[in-house]
Amino acid sequence: MSVRTAYLDWNATAPVLPEVAEAMAEALALCGNPSSVHRWGRAARQAVEAARAEVAALAGVSPDDVIFTSGGSEANHLALRGIDAPKFVSAIEHDSVLAAAPEATRIPVQTDGLVDLAALEAMLEDGALVSLMHANNETGVIQPVAAAARLVHARGGLLHSDAVQSAGKLPLDRRALGADLMTLSAHKIGGPQGVGALIAAPDLALQPLITGGGQERGRRAGTENVAGIVGFGVAARLARARLGQAAGVAALRDEAEAHMLAAVPARIFGVGAPRLANTLCIAMPGVAAATQVMALDLAGVMVSAGAACSSGKVRRSHVLAAMGAGDDADCAIRVSLGWSTTAAEIDRLVEAWAALYARSRVNAA
Amino acid sequence: MSERANLPPVYLDYQATTPCDPRVVQAMLPWFTEKFGNPSSATHAYGREAEAAVERARAQLAALIGAEPREIVFTSGATEANNLAVKGAAHFHRAFGKDHIVTLASEHKCVLESCLALEREGFRVTFLPVERNGLVDLARLEAALDERSLLVSVMAAHNEIGVLQPMAEIGKLCRARAILFHTDAAQAVGKIPIDVNQWGVDLMSISGHKIYGPKGIGALYVRRRPRARIAPLFDGGGQERGLRSGTLPTPLCVGLGEAAKIAQDGLAEEAARLLSLRNRFLAGIRARLPDAVVNGDLERRLPGNLNFSFAGVPAPDLMAACPGLALSSGSACTAASIEPSYVLRALGLSDALAAASIRIGLGRFTTAEEVDYSVETMAQAVRRLVPPMTSATARAT
Repeated sequence: MSVRTAYLDWNATAPVLPEVAEAMAEALALCGNPSSVHRWGRAARQAVEAARAEVAALAGVSPDDVIFTSGGSEANHLALRGIDAPKFVSAIEHDSVLAAAPEATRIPVQTDGLVDLAALEAMLEDGALVSLMHANNETGVIQPVAAAARLVHARGGLLHSDAVQSAGKLPLDRRALGADLMTLSAHKIGGPQGVGALIAAPDLALQPLITGGGQERGRRAGTENVAGIVGFGVAARLARARLGQAAGVAALRDEAEAHMLAAVPARIFGVGAPRLANTLCIAMPGVAAATQVMALDLAGVMVSAGAACSSGKVRRSHVLAAMGAGDDADCAIRVSLGWSTTAAEIDRLVEAWAALYARSRVNAA
Repeated sequence: MSERANLPPVYLDYQATTPCDPRVVQAMLPWFTEKFGNPSSATHAYGREAEAAVERARAQLAALIGAEPREIVFTSGATEANNLAVKGAAHFHRAFGKDHIVTLASEHKCVLESCLALEREGFRVTFLPVERNGLVDLARLEAALDERSLLVSVMAAHNEIGVLQPMAEIGKLCRARAILFHTDAAQAVGKIPIDVNQWGVDLMSISGHKIYGPKGIGALYVRRRPRARIAPLFDGGGQERGLRSGTLPTPLCVGLGEAAKIAQDGLAEEAARLLSLRNRFLAGIRARLPDAVVNGDLERRLPGNLNFSFAGVPAPDLMAACPGLALSSGSACTAASIEPSYVLRALGLSDALAAASIRIGLGRFTTAEEVDYSVETMAQAVRRLVPPMTSATARAT
């Protein structure tokens, strides 16, 4: 069976699940400011609190630990700017972490994409805030967060983990991870864009980024995005239920990887490390990533060259550069799958990619 | 009145939030599911389609306030927009030796809290008192400005008492001194005609859910000529020309755009209709309760807003006595706290009168029947609750 289009950019954003859209449509029809004391306000408040419990369950925390934000970028800023401590961030963090703490010391990563724990141990100061993402958005490499947390806690510090890409793909348990702060985003797990959360214990001293009406226990002001939060709650519940189904996605990703390697002498990033089952970062040597995504787009195949956030420009990935990828970094595309990805979509990708490689060989010759 | 027994309470809290207009919901829904791309994913069709939708919404919102589309920066709401404007202006202009901000004591909490946060960083803030009618004295405002002033922040239409400040006059004062003029227009946008050039504002905060759009979206207008320079509140992916990073929520942007378009299309008629409902409300209350005090200027005021104090009747008691009405005692952000409104105290009201204030917000779905029912319900409750001696005492003072 053939398909006209193949959406393989799930790490950029995922479609909103039908159950989520339904719940949000209902919530949009609710009129009430959750801070209002009348009946409509109380109904909105209840909807927000029910969603908070679902998000807490996804992250393995208590509802009191959930601070709703406008998304992952804001949550990362709240964590990094809200805590007064010497800061250390891994070199492969999302742009929003790097930009939130430009003064932070960068922790190097190894060529396989895993953070260099020995380097962290050597550079670490007492009482530091360390930010290490759970899974990388470009390579899918799963970081040794628990081991890093042990190092950090032994020196009286705090660990923040951006779990935007791992939520819904890996089981999250804050205690097992050892993370004091965690970032989540709704739109990567089938929820809406415009809502996310920072996980932080209520007694953790956190300076708010957005001040005002005192919502979210004074940690994040602004009228709650009620429908968005309701959608996040439903998406979190469904994500937990979906956790056992990663095997299907892994099989499709492995199939894509095998066929792409068979067609092209390609390089795969993070291949020696544990990776998210849905992510494949692969370079076609000698062909610019921008050329590849354009050719694939014309063939109806949607992938990306690195993260989606950089205002549409294709520039060298800081993640691959930190892994010592050299010029191959300019030739890498990110293929990311989701719960509704089909074998036919993978076929279309492999076919279009192989055809592009054949054309590039002809042009080169 | 018994015919309302099984209906939900009459919603009289349109300044706290507004129901999302069904047309707005319809416009948003496709962007959740079948058109779900990330607007920054310029490398493929789903992303470009989402980006085009965001840009249409930006143009719709810009049209409502007489701005250019590229002067609109989407945020998560008016609170974030106010934080971005006030803190962003301060942080940018500190490098140029500017350290002073002027605002009003009656501003929204998020402006005041942003200013207090800046004070802790070493900025100087003048919190100007307002007159008894809620309006700022322009001479006093002018006198507060100095060589190192960088920003004046004044709310266009007040969230509790609805008063409309003299925006164009303040704009002139600021422009003549090259001081940025910011206004929190969350309550004004879509309710009264706004032209950013006529007002001379440089920065203007806008809310989605106050104009029948969704919660979780707002915008900051940032003037390009002469350019208003501010530092971002958060950074990262570089969206919104570097002023506001983070994935743009396409459905919410589309909803805000549609809400702006609907507001613009019916603005004059709706303002006239609300003014007539407000007059009906006020006349009804005055006929039944001649001692009722209206807080804030009645002439320079949002068409849909009233704010009463009933001497001797604490607001929580009145609200409890009117289960058929969704009322508030002031800003929703602080509704859960029972201390008297700091805004009304800024107007010079005694604690007792401030604690007896009730905000009435009328809106798009308010009907004349609802107004009549509400007036009767409130008047009966006040008569039941008022202590026998208080009305005479109040009149004597």
